[in-house]
Amino acid sequence: MKPRQKRFVLIGLGLVALAVAAALVLNAFQSNLVFFYTPTQAANGDVPQGRSFRIGGMVEAGSLTREGDGLTVHFVVTDMAKRVPVTFKGILPDLFKEGKGVVAQGQLRADGGFFASEVLAKHDENYMPPEAADALAKAKTAGTQSSSTLVVNPR
Amino acid sequence: MSNTGINWFKYSSPQAFHLLAGRMIPWFSVVSIGLILIGLYIGFFVAPTDATQGDAYRIIFVHVPAAWMSMFLYVIMAIWAGIGLGLNARPSFMMAQAIAPTGAMFTFLALFTGSMWGKPTWGAWWVWDARLTSELILLFQYIGIILLRSSIDDLRRADRASAVLALVGVVNVPIIYFSVKWWNTLHQGASVSITAAPTMAGTMVTAMLVMMFGFWMYSIAVTLARVRCVIADRERLPSWGKQASMADVAEAR
Repeated sequence: MKPRQKRFVLIGLGLVALAVAAALVLNAFQSNLVFFYTPTQAANGDVPQGRSFRIGGMVEAGSLTREGDGLTVHFVVTDMAKRVPVTFKGILPDLFKEGKGVVAQGQLRADGGFFASEVLAKHDENYMPPEAADALAKAKTAGTQSSSTLVVNPR
Repeated sequence: MSNTGINWFKYSSPQAFHLLAGRMIPWFSVVSIGLILIGLYIGFFVAPTDATQGDAYRIIFVHVPAAWMSMFLYVIMAIWAGIGLGLNARPSFMMAQAIAPTGAMFTFLALFTGSMWGKPTWGAWWVWDARLTSELILLFQYIGIILLRSSIDDLRRADRASAVLALVGVVNVPIIYFSVKWWNTLHQGASVSITAAPTMAGTMVTAMLVMMFGFWMYSIAVTLARVRCVIADRERLPSWGKQASMADVAEAR
Protein backbone atom coordinates (compact mmCIF):
# COMPACT_ATOMS: atom_id res chain seq x y z
CA MET A 1 0.00 0.00 0.00
CA LYS A 2 1.18 3.48 -0.80
CA PRO A 3 1.62 5.81 2.19
CA ARG A 4 -1.22 7.91 0.81
CA GLN A 5 -3.65 4.97 0.82
CA LYS A 6 -2.43 4.00 4.26
CA ARG A 7 -3.30 7.47 5.56
CA PHE A 8 -6.81 7.28 4.12
CA VAL A 9 -7.33 3.83 5.69
CA LEU A 10 -6.14 5.20 9.03
CA ILE A 11 -8.53 8.16 8.76
CA GLY A 12 -11.38 5.79 7.86
CA LEU A 13 -10.61 3.43 10.75
CA GLY A 14 -10.38 6.40 13.11
CA LEU A 15 -13.81 7.63 12.04
CA VAL A 16 -15.33 4.15 12.44
CA ALA A 17 -13.86 3.83 15.96
CA LEU A 18 -15.18 7.28 16.77
CA ALA A 19 -18.67 6.42 15.51
CA VAL A 20 -18.74 3.27 17.64
CA ALA A 21 -17.57 5.19 20.72
CA ALA A 22 -20.19 7.89 20.12
CA ALA A 23 -22.93 5.28 19.68
CA LEU A 24 -21.97 3.59 22.98
CA VAL A 25 -21.86 6.89 24.86
CA LEU A 26 -25.24 7.99 23.48
CA ASN A 27 -26.71 4.62 24.34
CA ALA A 28 -25.50 5.02 27.92
CA PHE A 29 -26.95 8.54 28.10
CA GLN A 30 -30.26 7.47 26.58
CA SER A 31 -32.29 7.85 29.74
CA ASN A 32 -30.68 11.16 30.75
CA LEU A 33 -31.28 12.88 27.44
CA VAL A 34 -35.06 13.07 27.66
CA PHE A 35 -36.40 16.58 27.78
CA PHE A 36 -39.63 15.45 29.41
CA TYR A 37 -41.30 12.39 30.89
CA THR A 38 -44.64 11.03 29.76
CA PRO A 39 -47.69 10.62 32.05
CA THR A 40 -47.24 6.84 31.81
CA GLN A 41 -43.70 7.16 33.19
CA ALA A 42 -45.03 9.38 35.96
CA ALA A 43 -47.69 6.82 36.83
CA ASN A 44 -45.12 4.00 36.92
CA GLY A 45 -42.82 6.01 39.19
CA ASP A 46 -40.05 6.25 36.55
CA VAL A 47 -39.60 9.96 37.26
CA PRO A 48 -37.19 11.81 39.58
CA GLN A 49 -38.62 11.77 43.11
CA GLY A 50 -38.65 14.92 45.17
CA ARG A 51 -37.13 17.20 42.56
CA SER A 52 -38.29 19.19 39.59
CA PHE A 53 -38.77 17.53 36.20
CA ARG A 54 -40.75 18.10 33.01
CA ILE A 55 -43.84 16.27 31.95
CA GLY A 56 -45.05 16.28 28.36
CA GLY A 57 -48.17 15.20 26.52
CA MET A 58 -51.39 16.53 25.10
CA VAL A 59 -53.69 18.90 26.91
CA GLU A 60 -56.82 16.79 27.31
CA ALA A 61 -59.76 18.32 25.45
CA GLY A 62 -62.20 20.01 27.83
CA SER A 63 -59.92 19.75 30.85
CA LEU A 64 -58.82 23.40 31.05
CA THR A 65 -60.35 25.38 33.92
CA ARG A 66 -59.42 28.80 35.32
CA GLU A 67 -59.72 29.94 38.89
CA GLY A 68 -61.26 33.25 39.92
CA ASP A 69 -57.91 35.05 40.09
CA GLY A 70 -57.56 34.59 36.32
CA LEU A 71 -53.98 33.32 36.63
CA THR A 72 -54.26 29.89 38.17
CA VAL A 73 -55.18 27.24 35.63
CA HIS A 74 -55.87 23.54 35.89
CA PHE A 75 -55.55 21.11 33.01
CA VAL A 76 -54.86 17.46 32.40
CA VAL A 77 -51.80 16.21 30.51
CA THR A 78 -52.40 12.88 28.83
CA ASP A 79 -50.57 10.44 26.58
CA MET A 80 -53.81 8.57 25.80
CA ALA A 81 -52.84 5.93 28.36
CA LYS A 82 -52.43 7.84 31.66
CA ARG A 83 -53.51 11.28 32.84
CA VAL A 84 -51.77 13.76 35.10
CA PRO A 85 -53.67 16.77 36.49
CA VAL A 86 -51.53 19.91 36.34
CA THR A 87 -51.88 23.15 38.30
CA PHE A 88 -50.10 26.27 37.03
CA LYS A 89 -50.11 29.88 38.11
CA GLY A 90 -48.90 32.21 35.40
CA ILE A 91 -49.30 33.21 31.79
CA LEU A 92 -49.76 30.39 29.31
CA PRO A 93 -47.95 30.58 25.94
CA ASP A 94 -50.04 31.68 22.95
CA LEU A 95 -49.98 28.26 21.34
CA PHE A 96 -51.28 26.53 24.47
CA LYS A 97 -54.51 24.86 23.43
CA GLU A 98 -56.65 21.90 24.35
CA GLY A 99 -55.77 18.92 22.20
CA LYS A 100 -52.27 20.30 21.47
CA GLY A 101 -48.85 19.39 22.81
CA VAL A 102 -47.54 20.81 26.07
CA VAL A 103 -44.44 20.46 28.25
CA ALA A 104 -44.71 21.53 31.88
CA GLN A 105 -41.88 21.81 34.40
CA GLY A 106 -42.56 21.34 38.08
CA GLN A 107 -42.93 18.81 40.86
CA LEU A 108 -45.17 15.85 41.44
CA ARG A 109 -47.10 16.09 44.68
CA ALA A 110 -47.99 13.19 46.94
CA ASP A 111 -51.59 13.12 45.70
CA GLY A 112 -50.45 12.51 42.11
CA GLY A 113 -51.07 16.09 40.98
CA PHE A 114 -48.36 18.06 39.21
CA PHE A 115 -47.55 21.60 40.30
CA ALA A 116 -45.97 23.41 37.35
CA SER A 117 -43.64 26.39 37.58
CA GLU A 118 -43.30 26.77 33.80
CA VAL A 119 -45.51 25.71 30.90
CA LEU A 120 -44.21 25.48 27.32
CA ALA A 121 -46.27 24.80 24.21
CA LYS A 122 -45.01 22.07 21.89
CA HIS A 123 -46.08 22.47 18.29
CA ASP A 124 -45.75 19.85 15.58
CA GLU A 125 -43.95 19.91 12.24
CA ASN A 126 -47.11 20.42 10.16
CA TYR A 127 -47.59 23.83 8.58
CA MET A 128 -50.67 24.57 6.51
CA PRO A 129 -53.04 27.41 5.67
CA PRO A 130 -56.15 27.69 7.90
CA GLU A 131 -58.45 26.48 5.09
CA ALA A 132 -56.43 23.26 4.75
CA ALA A 133 -56.47 22.80 8.51
CA ASP A 134 -60.27 23.16 8.56
CA ALA A 135 -60.67 20.67 5.73
CA LEU A 136 -58.36 18.25 7.51
CA ALA A 137 -60.26 18.63 10.77
CA LYS A 138 -63.53 17.86 9.02
CA ALA A 139 -62.10 14.86 7.22
CA LYS A 140 -60.63 13.38 10.33
CA THR A 141 -62.43 11.90 13.29
CA ALA A 142 -61.72 13.68 16.53
CA GLY A 143 -58.87 12.38 18.63
CA THR A 144 -56.55 11.20 15.91
CA GLN A 145 -53.42 13.22 15.28
CA SER A 146 -51.52 13.89 12.11
CA SER A 147 -47.99 14.17 13.49
CA SER A 148 -45.71 11.21 14.03
CA THR A 149 -43.28 13.02 16.31
CA LEU A 150 -45.68 14.87 18.54
CA VAL A 151 -45.69 13.83 22.13
CA VAL A 152 -48.04 10.91 21.91
CA ASN A 153 -48.09 7.92 19.63
CA PRO A 154 -51.59 6.49 19.55
CA ARG A 155 -51.43 2.82 20.36
CA MET B 1 -12.51 14.20 -16.84
CA SER B 2 -9.86 14.02 -19.56
CA ASN B 3 -12.37 14.16 -22.41
CA THR B 4 -13.45 17.66 -21.44
CA GLY B 5 -10.12 18.98 -22.60
CA ILE B 6 -9.58 20.79 -19.32
CA ASN B 7 -6.65 19.88 -17.13
CA TRP B 8 -8.41 19.83 -13.76
CA PHE B 9 -5.26 19.08 -11.83
CA LYS B 10 -4.00 22.49 -12.84
CA TYR B 11 -6.38 23.92 -10.24
CA SER B 12 -4.76 21.99 -7.42
CA SER B 13 -2.06 24.64 -7.62
CA PRO B 14 -3.02 27.56 -5.34
CA GLN B 15 -1.96 30.14 -7.92
CA ALA B 16 -4.20 28.73 -10.64
CA PHE B 17 -7.06 28.23 -8.21
CA HIS B 18 -6.71 31.81 -7.01
CA LEU B 19 -7.43 32.99 -10.55
CA LEU B 20 -10.28 30.52 -11.12
CA ALA B 21 -11.93 31.43 -7.79
CA GLY B 22 -11.74 35.11 -8.70
CA ARG B 23 -13.60 34.46 -11.93
CA MET B 24 -16.34 32.34 -10.28
CA ILE B 25 -17.15 34.65 -7.34
CA PRO B 26 -19.33 37.19 -9.25
CA TRP B 27 -21.50 34.43 -10.75
CA PHE B 28 -22.20 32.72 -7.45
CA SER B 29 -22.80 36.10 -5.77
CA VAL B 30 -25.38 37.21 -8.32
CA VAL B 31 -27.20 33.86 -8.29
CA SER B 32 -27.23 33.77 -4.48
CA ILE B 33 -28.62 37.31 -4.14
CA GLY B 34 -31.29 36.49 -6.76
CA LEU B 35 -32.33 33.23 -5.08
CA ILE B 36 -32.44 34.77 -1.59
CA LEU B 37 -34.59 37.66 -2.82
CA ILE B 38 -36.98 35.27 -4.61
CA GLY B 39 -37.07 32.95 -1.59
CA LEU B 40 -37.84 35.80 0.82
CA TYR B 41 -40.53 37.11 -1.51
CA ILE B 42 -42.26 33.71 -1.76
CA GLY B 43 -41.83 33.16 1.98
CA PHE B 44 -43.25 36.49 3.09
CA PHE B 45 -45.79 37.34 0.40
CA VAL B 46 -46.86 34.16 -1.45
CA ALA B 47 -46.78 31.42 1.21
CA PRO B 48 -50.00 31.17 3.24
CA THR B 49 -50.32 32.00 6.93
CA ASP B 50 -50.01 28.95 9.18
CA ALA B 51 -53.19 27.66 10.82
CA THR B 52 -51.78 27.35 14.37
CA GLN B 53 -48.84 29.76 14.51
CA GLY B 54 -50.07 32.61 12.34
CA ASP B 55 -47.31 34.66 10.77
CA ALA B 56 -44.77 33.80 13.48
CA TYR B 57 -43.84 30.65 11.58
CA ARG B 58 -42.40 32.66 8.67
CA ILE B 59 -39.00 32.80 10.34
CA ILE B 60 -38.75 29.16 9.24
CA PHE B 61 -37.65 30.40 5.82
CA VAL B 62 -34.40 31.66 7.35
CA HIS B 63 -34.14 29.30 10.30
CA VAL B 64 -34.34 25.91 8.57
CA PRO B 65 -32.09 26.72 5.56
CA ALA B 66 -29.52 28.22 7.98
CA ALA B 67 -29.63 25.11 10.15
CA TRP B 68 -29.27 22.84 7.10
CA MET B 69 -26.27 24.86 5.89
CA SER B 70 -24.64 24.78 9.32
CA MET B 71 -24.61 20.96 9.23
CA PHE B 72 -23.88 20.65 5.51
CA LEU B 73 -20.92 23.04 5.64
CA TYR B 74 -19.49 21.15 8.60
CA VAL B 75 -19.53 17.89 6.61
CA ILE B 76 -17.94 19.61 3.59
CA MET B 77 -15.28 21.14 5.85
CA ALA B 78 -14.58 17.73 7.40
CA ILE B 79 -14.29 16.14 3.93
CA TRP B 80 -11.75 18.78 2.85
CA ALA B 81 -9.88 18.24 6.11
CA GLY B 82 -9.87 14.47 5.51
CA ILE B 83 -8.63 14.85 1.93
CA GLY B 84 -5.98 17.26 3.19
CA LEU B 85 -4.77 14.75 5.79
CA GLY B 86 -4.78 11.86 3.32
CA LEU B 87 -3.15 13.60 0.38
CA ASN B 88 -1.06 16.12 2.32
CA ALA B 89 -2.66 18.68 0.04
CA ARG B 90 -2.36 22.32 1.05
CA PRO B 91 -5.31 23.60 -1.03
CA SER B 92 -7.65 21.17 0.76
CA PHE B 93 -6.63 22.56 4.14
CA MET B 94 -7.11 26.05 2.76
CA MET B 95 -10.67 25.16 1.70
CA ALA B 96 -11.40 23.73 5.17
CA GLN B 97 -10.00 26.89 6.73
CA ALA B 98 -12.11 29.08 4.43
CA ILE B 99 -15.40 27.23 5.13
CA ALA B 100 -15.24 27.36 8.95
CA PRO B 101 -16.28 31.02 9.54
CA THR B 102 -19.26 30.72 7.15
CA GLY B 103 -20.38 27.54 8.89
CA ALA B 104 -20.09 29.25 12.26
CA MET B 105 -22.13 32.18 10.95
CA PHE B 106 -24.95 29.91 9.76
CA THR B 107 -24.92 27.99 13.06
CA PHE B 108 -25.26 31.26 14.93
CA LEU B 109 -28.02 32.39 12.56
CA ALA B 110 -29.91 29.13 13.12
CA LEU B 111 -29.63 29.47 16.91
CA PHE B 112 -30.54 33.16 16.84
CA THR B 113 -33.60 32.80 14.59
CA GLY B 114 -34.62 29.69 16.53
CA SER B 115 -34.56 31.70 19.73
CA MET B 116 -36.72 34.39 18.14
CA TRP B 117 -39.14 31.70 17.00
CA GLY B 118 -39.16 29.84 20.31
CA LYS B 119 -40.36 32.76 22.43
CA PRO B 120 -43.69 33.39 20.65
CA THR B 121 -44.48 29.71 20.01
CA TRP B 122 -43.06 27.61 22.86
CA GLY B 123 -42.96 30.44 25.38
CA ALA B 124 -39.19 30.27 25.99
CA TRP B 125 -36.12 31.81 24.32
CA TRP B 126 -34.01 28.79 25.06
CA VAL B 127 -34.50 25.28 26.44
CA TRP B 128 -31.85 22.62 27.00
CA ASP B 129 -33.36 19.97 24.79
CA ALA B 130 -31.25 17.62 22.65
CA ARG B 131 -31.70 19.49 19.34
CA LEU B 132 -30.85 22.95 20.68
CA THR B 133 -27.97 21.73 22.82
CA SER B 134 -26.32 19.71 20.03
CA GLU B 135 -26.62 22.67 17.65
CA LEU B 136 -25.00 24.91 20.28
CA ILE B 137 -22.17 22.36 20.55
CA LEU B 138 -21.75 22.63 16.76
CA LEU B 139 -21.18 26.38 17.15
CA PHE B 140 -18.53 25.68 19.81
CA GLN B 141 -16.92 23.13 17.45
CA TYR B 142 -16.64 25.71 14.67
CA ILE B 143 -15.20 28.27 17.10
CA GLY B 144 -12.83 25.67 18.53
CA ILE B 145 -11.53 24.73 15.08
CA ILE B 146 -10.98 28.39 14.14
CA LEU B 147 -9.24 29.12 17.46
CA LEU B 148 -7.07 25.99 17.35
CA ARG B 149 -5.84 26.91 13.88
CA SER B 150 -5.01 30.48 14.83
CA SER B 151 -3.27 29.42 18.04
CA ILE B 152 -0.61 27.34 16.24
CA ASP B 153 2.03 29.34 14.38
CA ASP B 154 3.42 26.50 12.24
CA LEU B 155 1.02 26.27 9.27
CA ARG B 156 1.47 22.52 8.68
CA ARG B 157 0.82 21.69 12.32
CA ALA B 158 -2.12 24.10 12.43
CA ASP B 159 -3.61 22.45 9.33
CA ARG B 160 -3.27 18.94 10.75
CA ALA B 161 -4.49 19.75 14.25
CA SER B 162 -7.61 21.58 13.07
CA ALA B 163 -8.29 18.88 10.45
CA VAL B 164 -8.25 16.16 13.12
CA LEU B 165 -10.55 18.25 15.32
CA ALA B 166 -12.91 18.81 12.38
CA LEU B 167 -13.02 15.08 11.60
CA VAL B 168 -13.63 14.09 15.21
CA GLY B 169 -16.47 16.59 15.50
CA VAL B 170 -18.34 15.18 12.51
CA VAL B 171 -20.08 12.68 14.82
CA ASN B 172 -22.19 15.56 16.11
CA VAL B 173 -23.88 16.15 12.73
CA PRO B 174 -26.03 12.97 12.71
CA ILE B 175 -26.74 13.57 16.40
CA ILE B 176 -28.16 17.02 15.59
CA TYR B 177 -30.17 15.70 12.68
CA PHE B 178 -31.69 12.69 14.43
CA SER B 179 -31.98 14.21 17.92
CA VAL B 180 -35.68 14.95 17.41
CA LYS B 181 -36.28 11.30 16.52
CA TRP B 182 -34.11 9.63 19.15
CA TRP B 183 -35.20 11.58 22.21
CA ASN B 184 -38.15 13.49 23.61
CA THR B 185 -37.46 17.06 22.59
CA LEU B 186 -39.42 20.27 22.68
CA HIS B 187 -38.21 20.96 19.15
CA GLN B 188 -40.58 19.55 16.53
CA GLY B 189 -39.58 16.89 14.01
CA ALA B 190 -38.43 17.44 10.43
CA SER B 191 -41.06 18.81 8.04
CA VAL B 192 -39.02 18.08 4.94
CA SER B 193 -36.95 14.94 4.58
CA ILE B 194 -35.67 12.72 1.81
CA THR B 195 -37.67 9.70 2.91
CA ALA B 196 -41.14 11.19 3.45
CA ALA B 197 -43.47 13.65 1.81
CA PRO B 198 -43.18 17.16 3.26
CA THR B 199 -45.70 17.98 5.97
CA MET B 200 -46.18 21.56 4.88
CA ALA B 201 -47.94 23.45 2.11
CA GLY B 202 -46.26 23.38 -1.31
CA THR B 203 -45.35 27.09 -1.52
CA MET B 204 -43.77 26.89 1.94
CA VAL B 205 -41.50 24.04 0.80
CA THR B 206 -40.65 25.97 -2.38
CA ALA B 207 -39.65 29.07 -0.40
CA MET B 208 -37.52 26.99 1.96
CA LEU B 209 -35.72 25.17 -0.85
CA VAL B 210 -35.09 28.39 -2.81
CA MET B 211 -33.65 29.98 0.33
CA MET B 212 -31.48 26.91 0.88
CA PHE B 213 -30.04 27.12 -2.63
CA GLY B 214 -29.52 30.85 -2.11
CA PHE B 215 -27.59 30.22 1.12
CA TRP B 216 -25.68 27.47 -0.64
CA MET B 217 -24.56 29.78 -3.46
CA TYR B 218 -23.74 32.48 -0.89
CA SER B 219 -21.56 29.98 0.99
CA ILE B 220 -19.67 29.09 -2.18
CA ALA B 221 -19.12 32.75 -3.10
CA VAL B 222 -17.94 33.72 0.38
CA THR B 223 -15.77 30.63 0.76
CA LEU B 224 -14.08 31.30 -2.58
CA ALA B 225 -13.48 34.92 -1.62
CA ARG B 226 -12.02 33.81 1.69
CA VAL B 227 -9.86 31.08 0.16
CA ARG B 228 -8.38 33.72 -2.13
CA CYS B 229 -7.34 35.69 0.94
CA VAL B 230 -5.95 32.52 2.52
CA ILE B 231 -3.95 31.72 -0.62
CA ALA B 232 -2.66 35.26 -0.90
CA ASP B 233 -1.68 35.22 2.75
CA ARG B 234 0.00 31.84 2.75
CA GLU B 235 1.67 31.99 -0.62
CA ARG B 236 2.90 35.51 0.15
CA LEU B 237 1.18 36.81 -2.95
CA PRO B 238 -0.05 40.36 -3.20
CA SER B 239 -3.81 40.38 -2.62
CA TRP B 240 -4.07 43.76 -4.28
CA GLY B 241 -3.37 44.97 -7.78
CA LYS B 242 -4.33 43.54 -11.12
CA GLN B 243 -4.82 39.85 -11.81
CA ALA B 244 -1.77 39.55 -14.06
CA SER B 245 0.52 40.16 -11.12
CA MET B 246 -0.29 36.64 -9.85
CA ALA B 247 1.42 35.01 -12.78
CA ASP B 248 4.30 37.46 -12.53
CA VAL B 249 4.92 36.53 -8.91
CA ALA B 250 4.63 32.83 -9.67
CA GLU B 251 7.28 33.26 -12.35
CA ALA B 252 9.49 35.35 -10.15
CA ARG B 253 9.60 32.53 -7.63
